[in-house]
Amino acid sequence: MTRFALRGLLSRKLRTALTAIAIVLGVGMISGTFVLTDSISHAFDRIFTDARKGSDAVISGKSAFDTSSSDASLTPTFDESLLSKVRQQPGVAQAEGSVSTDSAHLIDKNGKVIQFGLGGAPNLGFSIANGKSPFNPLSLVDGTWPGPNQVVIDKETASKKHLETGQDIRVQVEGPVRTLRISGIVQFSSGLTIGGATIAGFDLPTAQRLFAKQGRLDEIAVAAKPTVSDAELVKQIRPILPADAQVRTAAQQVAKDASDTNSFIKFLRSFLLAFGGIALFVGAFVIANSLSITIAQRTRELATLRMLGASRRQVLRSIIIEALALGIMASVVGLFFGLLLAKGLFGLFDLIGFILPNTGLVFLSWTAVIVALLVGILVTLLASLRPAIRATRVPPIAAVREGATLPPARFARLRSVGAALMAVGGVAALAYGIFKHGLGTKQVLFWMGFGTLLMFIGVALFSSRLVRPLARVLGWPATKIGGAAGLLARDNSRRNPQRTASTASALMIGLTLVTLVATLASGVIASFSQAVNDLFTGDYAITAQNNFSPIPIDAADAAAKAPGVTVVGNVRTGEIHVFGKNAFATAVDPGMAQVINMKWQAGSQAVFSELGADGAFVDKDYAKKHNLRLGSRVAVTFPNGSTRQFVIKGVFDPPSGGTPFGPVTISAAAWDAQVPSPENLYSFVKTSGGTTAANQAALEKALKPFPNAKAQTRKKFISSQIGPFKQILNVLYVLLALSVIVSLFGIVNTLVLTVFERTREIGMLRAIGMTRRQVRRMIRHESIITSLIGASIGIALGLLLATLLIVRVDFLVFSFPTTQVLVFFVAAILVGILAAIFPARRAARLNPLEAIAYE
Amino acid sequence: MNQDGKAPVVVARDVTRRYGQGQTCVDALRGVSVDIESGRLTAVMGPSGSGKSTLMHILAGLDKPTAGSVEVAGQEITRLNDGDLTKLRREHIGFVFQFFNLLPMLTAEENITLPLTLAGEKGDDAWVKEVVGDVGLSDRLTHRPAELSGGQQQRVAIARALVSKPTVLFADEPTGNLDSTTGGEILQLIRESVDNRGQTTVMVTHDPRAASTADRILFLDDGLIVREMHGASSHEVITTMEEIGV
Ligand SMILES: Nc1ncnc2c1ncn2[C@@H]1O[C@H](COP(=O)(O)OP(=O)(O)OP(=O)(O)O)[C@@H](O)[C@H]1O
Ligand SMILES: [Mg+2]
Repeated sequence: MTRFALRGLLSRKLRTALTAIAIVLGVGMISGTFVLTDSISHAFDRIFTDARKGSDAVISGKSAFDTSSSDASLTPTFDESLLSKVRQQPGVAQAEGSVSTDSAHLIDKNGKVIQFGLGGAPNLGFSIANGKSPFNPLSLVDGTWPGPNQVVIDKETASKKHLETGQDIRVQVEGPVRTLRISGIVQFSSGLTIGGATIAGFDLPTAQRLFAKQGRLDEIAVAAKPTVSDAELVKQIRPILPADAQVRTAAQQVAKDASDTNSFIKFLRSFLLAFGGIALFVGAFVIANSLSITIAQRTRELATLRMLGASRRQVLRSIIIEALALGIMASVVGLFFGLLLAKGLFGLFDLIGFILPNTGLVFLSWTAVIVALLVGILVTLLASLRPAIRATRVPPIAAVREGATLPPARFARLRSVGAALMAVGGVAALAYGIFKHGLGTKQVLFWMGFGTLLMFIGVALFSSRLVRPLARVLGWPATKIGGAAGLLARDNSRRNPQRTASTASALMIGLTLVTLVATLASGVIASFSQAVNDLFTGDYAITAQNNFSPIPIDAADAAAKAPGVTVVGNVRTGEIHVFGKNAFATAVDPGMAQVINMKWQAGSQAVFSELGADGAFVDKDYAKKHNLRLGSRVAVTFPNGSTRQFVIKGVFDPPSGGTPFGPVTISAAAWDAQVPSPENLYSFVKTSGGTTAANQAALEKALKPFPNAKAQTRKKFISSQIGPFKQILNVLYVLLALSVIVSLFGIVNTLVLTVFERTREIGMLRAIGMTRRQVRRMIRHESIITSLIGASIGIALGLLLATLLIVRVDFLVFSFPTTQVLVFFVAAILVGILAAIFPARRAARLNPLEAIAYE
Repeated sequence: MNQDGKAPVVVARDVTRRYGQGQTCVDALRGVSVDIESGRLTAVMGPSGSGKSTLMHILAGLDKPTAGSVEVAGQEITRLNDGDLTKLRREHIGFVFQFFNLLPMLTAEENITLPLTLAGEKGDDAWVKEVVGDVGLSDRLTHRPAELSGGQQQRVAIARALVSKPTVLFADEPTGNLDSTTGGEILQLIRESVDNRGQTTVMVTHDPRAASTADRILFLDDGLIVREMHGASSHEVITTMEEIGV
């Protein structure tokens, strides 16, 4: 039986290959995801390990609470006098203090901050006390280690920006821009490269001055004497530490350093795996459909087997073995295809400016191999179950009776009712997940995922009922454009509604998801723009070049002095600890009242200037959650450990698109008293005369010394704030395109099988005068009609899902993505045309005589 | 027991078969009773649409009668479930089709031994060789059906039907798709297997010459057995056909 099944697969090579592609792509995405994330993880591991080279223990500043991000500006520094005390410890062989920052901006010849990609990667800056120290992970490519007022930069930045040893470069960290001499070019001794980041190294006093950390240190790297263990070293150091410092073994420190990126990598992995899952789900439809068609075409063969004494179980087994072989083969190919995809994903992320560190692809880990193979094979098996069970119902008499078809399923008549119920049940489960209050994130995701799955299967099963009416409408243009061929195409697509429906369903899934994404995105953009338009009464916004990094307060001060500027309102942000939890707080200055117009539930615009040293305002939901009203007191703990009481002086009602403020906002003055190096996130500017060329020029002039700051009009501000979001959107589209490609192959497959089945008929049509062109056109139109059916059902479902989510989620408004929907329809037509190329050519090549004599 | 003292291996009683229902229903069989004796070649003749194939299908357990009973090798088969029917097919029934029904991806040899493979039997090599030799295919065993002529394909089909030593072999127009010379050879093969091995065989045919090789001929018309002949010459067969207006 096994041999028989495998032989069968081999004898249908083309069909097998076309079916396998569906799985290859899905499994490829899964293995590609692992390769990608394993590679990134490996690269980060090396970066963190390299960075702690030579250390046995690391002393660092200590926040009062664990901040979720490695927010360097919030982590307290400690006094450098600690270094000499550490050096005196008996177990210490060597110790070296350092300061570091994530925002050491190197400035290029055009006065712009050097950033690669979206600017998400850090601009690393740190002190190199001694180039030859064992703690230094860098080595010189050229020049010398930095002395006073000198800087070394990394090789990549140097070569990309044509910088050389001996040149001057402007650098800005905290405070004004300084001009330094490039004393050398460095790289990691291990040859490691680090994504889109830039590196600037200074000698310690220069670094302390640049980072505004005079007399302070961020870290001390400690090497133990040969006989002293890391744990012992830590034990020796701990008692001499001040309250604002802590010590960890190097291994602990590396783990701590990596924890951020690890959770990022974990997220990226689940995110990408989801798309692999979607592609496989679509692949399952394609496989189920191809197998069904193949089995229908093999009715006679299966019946003969039954006549010769095969039991139902044997028939079932042969189909399952076939699927298993197909699954294994496709999954193995997919596994390797994943390597290619991983490369492609790196490229894709690079392209949108999300540059990830890459130290070479990490070839498939065992987890990757096992997960990818298992999932691929399982999906294939599951998809083959229904066709396999159908195959067992082929009666032996079908071997002798011409035109015998499969007996209708026992509950055939109940099928569409069942399918409809399933779809409705799916939507209900989905709605439950979305609307039911008090569900945890996991539960919400479960119900939404489960509901969507059920809905897709239900709609797919039910859609055979929709094929006839839809084909009539969507096929109408074909009959007008395609003439007789178009007419035949439309009738062909309606001839076997079930088959057309299954084929279209695969495409439906992809289109549902892209429509969902497009609608949500357009909702996000619409509500954000609306919020900015509603709130923002100023004329300009000052942000970092990358739109989200903090900018020095001096920049805002300079802008305030520019001619024409009447008011500047600043927003700072950072993490605080409040009501037992970390939260993002914002801090504002009085000028805010004139550039941002909030809707107040309690209090008024005057709150901005009345905050003082202990005033705070909160948003409506936060107030409700913690039962806050005017006059309530809130205890806020800052990263430096001090806790202050704040009095609520206002409660605002945020628009759906959000505000520049976090749940808790205090005055900038109160903030600056607690944060070592405060910076602005945004500054909003009001001018006399509004947005004019003169005002723009004045602001630009004022900001000239702050290359990382830019002034934008409201319109520009909106578009640059949503810029990165749009890039992410594009990534989503590309990832979803994978499942659309899978469904494209599904259409190819169905058409090839259909052409094969209609060999006689096509021969007959050719014999009575149909030209090759007309044959091709007929197949092409059938393909387009199928795609359009999938697209219209998919787009409708996508809009439905989006609407459900928009009703539930506060920050979304419904905004119909007209352009995108039109694009999707055009894309569906393109998919149809592409899918038809190969089958149409095969059909046109059929020799009319041979076709009729066939069998 | 009939006059020759041979035991019947297939016994049908009052078999009727109605297709469809209401106005458009067709009575393909309207009460057929017949005993098929062991070790003999029985031919079934009759005009097109008279119910020959329907009768064969019911006797072979492929189709169920609307009423009446069928016994094969002493076992009532009209109420068997699918599993028992599979067993029946493996042990008692062989079938030769008009369109050969070979599996295209298997070689001639694999096609021939397929019933044994399906039944999970090792198969007696000598016996397989003998059957293959009888049908004259010894040098064609590794060929695929597509590489064989129609006559050769039907030989493979006959060998496949014989290999499991069925209690009764059914052949529905086995020569219907072959030219007369090739058809003659196939008929001879069938006759030899009856003579040499006592293979009970029932064969539907339209060809009087083919029918004349049979030990017994049943004439079917409009769903009823209207005449029976024993050891008739082809001339006698033609006369009878004319008599009953076939
Ligand atoms: N599946 C079916 N559904 C409805 N009617 C059927 C079916 N099979 C056969 N019939 C009808 O039953 C009658 C007997 O058919 P059957 O195939 O047994 O005839 P036959 O004697 O074998 O004819 P032929 O010599 O043409 O093969 C015919 O009238 C036929 O139309
Ligand atoms: Mg017949």
